[in-house]
Order: sequence, then structure tokens, then C-alpha cells
Amino acid sequence: MRSEPSAWGRLARLLAAGVLLAVAAALVLPLVGSARLDYGRALAGLSLDKEILFYARLPRVLMALVAGGALAEAGVLFQALVRDALADPYVLGVAGGASGGAVLSICLGWTEWAGLSATTLSASAGAAAALFLVVAIATQGKRMSSFTLLLAGITINSISAAILLLLHNVADFSQSFVVMRWLMGSIERVSYRTLAWLTAVVLATVVYLFARARDWNLLAVGEEWATARGLVPSRAILAGFCAGSVITGCVTALAGPIAFLGLIVPHALRLRLGADHRLLIPCAFFGGGVFLALCDTLARTALAPAEIPVGVITALLGGPFFIWLLRSRRRSLWL
Amino acid sequence: MSALYELSTLAYCYEGAPALELDAIQFRPGEFVAVVGPNGAGKSTLLAVLAGLRADYRGSCRFRGLEVKRWPRREMARAVSFVPQSLRLEFPFTAEQVVLMGRTPYCDGLFEAPEDHRAVERAMQVTDTLALRSRDFRTLSGGERQRVVLASALAQEPQVLLLDEPAAFLDVKHQIALHRLLRRLCGEGLLVIAATHDLNLAAAYSDRVAVLNHGRLAADAPPAEALRSDLIRSVFEVNAHLWPGPSGRPWIRYEV
Repeated sequence: MRSEPSAWGRLARLLAAGVLLAVAAALVLPLVGSARLDYGRALAGLSLDKEILFYARLPRVLMALVAGGALAEAGVLFQALVRDALADPYVLGVAGGASGGAVLSICLGWTEWAGLSATTLSASAGAAAALFLVVAIATQGKRMSSFTLLLAGITINSISAAILLLLHNVADFSQSFVVMRWLMGSIERVSYRTLAWLTAVVLATVVYLFARARDWNLLAVGEEWATARGLVPSRAILAGFCAGSVITGCVTALAGPIAFLGLIVPHALRLRLGADHRLLIPCAFFGGGVFLALCDTLARTALAPAEIPVGVITALLGGPFFIWLLRSRRRSLWL
Repeated sequence: MSALYELSTLAYCYEGAPALELDAIQFRPGEFVAVVGPNGAGKSTLLAVLAGLRADYRGSCRFRGLEVKRWPRREMARAVSFVPQSLRLEFPFTAEQVVLMGRTPYCDGLFEAPEDHRAVERAMQVTDTLALRSRDFRTLSGGERQRVVLASALAQEPQVLLLDEPAAFLDVKHQIALHRLLRRLCGEGLLVIAATHDLNLAAAYSDRVAVLNHGRLAADAPPAEALRSDLIRSVFEVNAHLWPGPSGRPWIRYEV
């Protein structure tokens, strides 16, 4: 950040590297799997290769790229807003709300509404309801602080966890299996139409967050610090939490809660790039996307032909990482 | 010169309990005002109200003729900067990035312009922090942090500098260096208002001492008039002996 040209130069280099990595992942990862494929045969229109590549593996890799990018982004943002590197995209009760909605639709046997998956719709509605509740609880007059938002989010998450347990207990065996599967977080096959709207929502949000990166820098230091430098924190905090919750809600509705990704990726990037959100926001999108695409490839190949939910992979990687983070935090810099 | 701040019947309450009740006080450009008083006397509250961080005050607190709570935040940030008691960071910002944040009210683009970097360079030079520029802020000592935060406030190129116990974490050398710097800035027309616990620093460097007690103004006068042993006894509840120092500024020794 010594001078303007070098700051832009560094950003441009990082963006180029991010795009390159994401494109490479989208081209290479679909080739990995139990059935051997090659692009020549698939593009020539040979039926089975084409079918597997373009309708099973490629949409799945693309979905992982977008979903991972969105979760890492929400992680970076929420960590800045609550000033805690241990916050994750689900702190605001979004996962709780989305899971509650999804499980309710599974248990009631709703499957489709106007051609769209009822589970997805109902999970989105649950995420939105949770966000609205949390903001309503945390707002007192014109004042709102990150701390009350955080506590309200934790409360909503616990309440919906209780509701989930209740629903799970009254559900029959096959519903119960679907519920478990959903709660573990997995990237199933998605249609290109679903993928297109998810990508549009996530990209628009990422561009918005990038444009306001300077505000997240100020809020990452403190609310008074930001006020003294000309920002109106309550407005920025509300805008940030809504943006982050929208993308978390969309991803959760489609893929279920995917643990720890929003924690690992931002932290790793901060170690390399520092805390400036003008670099973190764009890099988290590409970094999170490529990371989830790799995890998902591992999930569908490690025990092939059986598939592990990707949430299990991220949790197995993320759990130990989280403990390491806690310990290093106690030791030195975080004190 | 006309006053920058005009306060009248200003009151601020925390959850119904009055923390600050001031009848009338003014602050002018180029003044160095020390705000002293025991813990909980309302020093930090006064600074926060002046900085525009407590918009829910009652009564009147005008800055350049306009109520502080009516000022657009960004405009206010170009005129008034605030140095908090201490700053702790969770994330690895460098010292230079912390100072650069002081340029926010002047920046529209994504990155700072060359003139912003020049302002940062100047601010870091006068606060003796250039050598710390690429250090992680969290690895700095308390005194180094305080100077970096001061640099960030100066990078705002303000007309008013509000400081909450700026010398609390500084060693003697840097306490003196800081107060000399503040005096010099006052000479250039900056209004400096600093809350402090150190009556001797207040006496040695300020033009005016405002003594707060239970949220009310107990004295507001040049150091030699404001800091008298009877007032110190009634406000701070300690016995103190005062000696006249050079240029009439008192030197205070507490009875231990």
C-alpha cells in the first residue's frame, strides 16, 4: 500500500491469479472421478461422456466454486463486522433458519412448488426469517451493535437446533435419512438455471462488498474508529450483515450448512495478504471457491463409488484447524 | 477569534444517570485545553460528545455554529479527529494501514491518492513512527500504538484534536515529546482538548484547565488559577502542595 500504482498492481496480479485458478479448477476437476472422461469425446457429442461431463460433474464443480466463494466472502465480512477472527458465516442464525425451513419442508413432504425445489425455497424463507428476527432483536431505536447481533444470532441458532431435533424425532425413517443428509451439507447435482441465479446473486453481492471494502476496514478496527472517520456504522453494519446473509442463505438453501470453510479460507488469506479488505474480498471469493471445489472432488472420489457429503470433509479439515487457531490465538498476537 | 465549540446546558445520561451537565463553555482555535477530574467525572463523555460519537446528548453543543449531531459525519471527520484511550486490533493491519485510515474522509476511490500518502508520510514523521510503518500494529508496544493512532488522527488534517489520556501508555521521553508536539500544533491554530490524569503535564503544557467533578465543571481557568490545593483536595480528595514553577505554571506534589 506504499503508493497508488503499486496497490492497484498488486490487486490486479491477485485478481488474475484468482481467475486463473478458478478456470483451471473448472476445467480439470470435472475430469477426476470413477468414470474416465476426456474433453475430445465429450465435445464430439458422444453421449455418455457428454452426459457425465456437462450434466453431472461440470455443474457440480461450478456450484462448488460459487458456493465456496460465497461462504468465504461471508466469513471475511462477518469476521470484520463482529471483530472476531473466529466468527463464521452462520453466526447470525442464517444456517439455523435455513436448516429449519429445509427440514420442515422435508418432513411435511413438500417437494416442488412452481417447478422449483420446495426445500430450497423453504430454506431461503427460513434464512430470511432468521435474519429479520435477529436484526429486529438487536435493533434498539436507531442504535445497533455487532455484539447484540452476534448474541441474537447465537440464540436463533440454538432455538432452531431445538426445533430441528424435534422435527427429526417425529419424522419417519426415510424423511429422517433425507434430513440427516441435508444437514451434513452436500453439493448435489444442480440445474444450470439454478446455478445461473445463484451466480448472479453471489457475484452482485461480491462486487458490492468489494466497492465498500474501505468501510469493512474501518469497522474491523472499531465502531467509534469508523464513526470518527466519517462512516455511519449502524447503516454499514446492517448493509453488510444483510449482504452476507443473503449469499449465505442462498448457498445454504442449495447445499446445506457447510462447516468451517468461512473460517479457514479467510484466515489463511489474512496470513498471506494482511487485513486489507480491498485485497481480501476479491481473493476470498476465488480462494473459497477453489477450496470447496477441491474438497467436493475429494468427497465424491475418496470412497468411490460411495460419496461423502462435502460438509464432512470441510469439518474434518476445519475442526483441527480451528483448534490450532484457538491455541495460536491464546499464545501470541491475539491477546 | 470566534469559538469553534460553544456548549450550553449540555447534558448526557447513561441509562438515566447524568454523566455530564455543563452550563456553558467554549473552545477556541489554537487553545490547548486539559480536561482533568477523578475517574468517572465525565472526561471521556465530554470528548465523545465533542467528537460526535454521542449524538443523543441533550442541550446544545455547537461546532462552528452547527449542532454536532446535525453535522454530516464525513464533513465532521475532516474537521475533528479523536484519539481513543487505547486501540486493540483483532486483524493484522500494518501501522501504515492504520494511519492511512485517517484519510478516509478525503478519499473516494478504492485506493488512496498520492496526496493522501504525502499526508500520511507527514503525520508519521511528526509522531516519530516512520520506522514502524510495515509492522503489524498488534506487535507494537503500548506507547508505539498510541503514537500510530495519533498519526492516524493527524492524517485527517483536522482543526480539532481530541485526545483521551494520550500519555497513559507513554514513557517519560515520549510524554514530553507528545506534549511539545501538541503545543507546536496549537501554535499552528489547532484546537487541542486532552483528557488527562497527570495534573503536572496539564499544568506544564495547557493554556486552560477544565476541572470536572461528578459531571460538572468545578473550574475552567489557566493552570495557575484552576489548580489550587483547596480545589485539588475537594475534587480529587488528596492533599497536594503546589510550587510556582517557571512562567508561573504550578508544580504539584501529592502528600503520600
